[in-house]
Amino acid sequence: MQKFGDFKLPQFFNYPPYFTLQPVRDTREKQIQLWKELILDYCKTHKVFLIGVEEDFPLFSNSTIDRSLSHEARETFLSAIVGEGRAEWLDKGHRKCLILWHRIQDWADIILQFVRDNGLEDSVMTVEEIRSGTESHGTELQGIDRTILMRALKLLENKGKLALFKGTSADDEGVKFSV
Amino acid sequence: MASGSSIGVGGLFENAEVTTSGRPVIRRNEVECFLLSSVDLDSEDDPPRFTALRSGNLILTTHRLIWIPSQSNTAVPSSVPLAGVTHIFTHKKSIKSMFHSPRIRFQADPGSIVVTIVFRGKGDFDGFLTKFWECWRGRAWEEEEKVESEVSRSGSGTVAQGLYGNDGTVRMVGLAGILRKEQEQWESTDKSLQDAFQDLNALMSKAKEMVSLAEKMRQKLLSAPSSQNGSTDDEEMGSKEEMQQWMLSVGIISPVTKESAGALYHQELSRQLADFVRIPLEQAGGMISLTDMYYHFNRARGTELISPDDLWQACSLWEKFDVPVMLRKFDSGVMVIQNKSHSDEEVMSRIRMLVTKTETLRTGVTASDAALTLKIAPAMAKEHLLTAETKGLLSRDMSPDGLRFYFNLFPEIDPTNLHFVKDFGTYGEWVKATSLLSV
Repeated sequence: MQKFGDFKLPQFFNYPPYFTLQPVRDTREKQIQLWKELILDYCKTHKVFLIGVEEDFPLFSNSTIDRSLSHEARETFLSAIVGEGRAEWLDKGHRKCLILWHRIQDWADIILQFVRDNGLEDSVMTVEEIRSGTESHGTELQGIDRTILMRALKLLENKGKLALFKGTSADDEGVKFSV
Repeated sequence: MASGSSIGVGGLFENAEVTTSGRPVIRRNEVECFLLSSVDLDSEDDPPRFTALRSGNLILTTHRLIWIPSQSNTAVPSSVPLAGVTHIFTHKKSIKSMFHSPRIRFQADPGSIVVTIVFRGKGDFDGFLTKFWECWRGRAWEEEEKVESEVSRSGSGTVAQGLYGNDGTVRMVGLAGILRKEQEQWESTDKSLQDAFQDLNALMSKAKEMVSLAEKMRQKLLSAPSSQNGSTDDEEMGSKEEMQQWMLSVGIISPVTKESAGALYHQELSRQLADFVRIPLEQAGGMISLTDMYYHFNRARGTELISPDDLWQACSLWEKFDVPVMLRKFDSGVMVIQNKSHSDEEVMSRIRMLVTKTETLRTGVTASDAALTLKIAPAMAKEHLLTAETKGLLSRDMSPDGLRFYFNLFPEIDPTNLHFVKDFGTYGEWVKATSLLSV
């Protein structure tokens, strides 16, 4: 079985009907479910936060069996993930999809855990530090999509766990934790 | 009168032409009837009116009595035309005749010469006499005269040699003659047949025009009474009826038949069709497309063809009758005739067998693959595959190469553990089948 980096593809990835949107309802539901799991699994492994429907996404084609997903199929599978709350369309045209293998709530919990683990309960950090600072190195927060991070932070702000404030430059927002 | 042959040749006897092998030259339409050997021809009169012809073969034909000497030197071959015979004397049985050689006497013109045929050898004399009478009374030469009246007398038979006549054709002699006669008969039959068919072809080529013409006339006849309100007199009506009758008798099936028969036409057709479909259905494995049935049915009907619409209507009426067949419409719009008892189960199990083979697990099947295996038409096979897909037995693969169907593996895959493959099950077999390829 071929691999994408560390990611091991399942056997059915070489099953040609997997790449054709099935017209029969029951079969199609199962197919969608399998695609959903595979996409989330892959994105989590490779820290992929954004899938462009029209861009080359490794899973969307299989050179071994010379098959690739149609535009309709891609949108269908991504929409299914969106429907489950595990992804969001970033535009009305459904061209870019934000993948949330962790939901925003889960990301928020991860941030809190990160804060506690590093004794940052009353500290101040920049948003960028959370994404690429030495503390976040080796954690799931490393390299997190900024959009997702901001939404998780906003969720925590609403809960009173932290305060966001403008920094001196546009790309440098500050976070004051108050866990 | 030293030489009686002068009388014979000039009077009663004619010189008979013989071939180099001594066979008489038979004229056109002349048929040999009897042959006797060791025959003398004597003159009954005293003094003899012709030189007796001694010891020769006597040949009776439909036209002549031909005498040919056994030894060519002794006398010339001579013949008496049966046309000249005026009387054949009945055979007199007497004590005297017991000791004599059998003899037959006849009288012939010119000169009413009585000739005695003396049989010195063995043979069926009574048979000869009977035949002699037959040929004489048959008057075959009279037929001949009619035909040959235009043919110049001079050309008759002087240059003829052997089996060939003056015109170079083979004569009607012996076996060859029979064969030739057969051949001629066959040829003439063939010719008359060809003529007949030419007429038929001409008729056929005109048939289309005829039909349209007749239709046009019929339309006129039908529309006339309504347009000319009440102005029609009896004579006109009579002629119209006559015309209608005539056109019907010609065999043109006009819509009148259907109009007058109405629903009955399709009902009768429907019943007829229900009886008819049984055998083609069996041969097709319980299901046959409407197109195929149209072909079978019209072929069986010969000239009384029905339209596709008639067939469809007849099939549609089956719902109302208690018949063992039904019309089925697939989702794709394809219509088929199938037995009411026909179940998809059997077809499905056959498709399952087909797609779970190691080879087809890996490659899938097309409609034509299935058609070959199921021994049905590709269009039908596709319908079956689509049905199987709907039932969840198959899944499809749409690629630039076309539509293929695979055994549906989706239900067997565990979505919570994507990499898990059960040891048993078709998914496992499929994994084995595909891994064989990659090795």
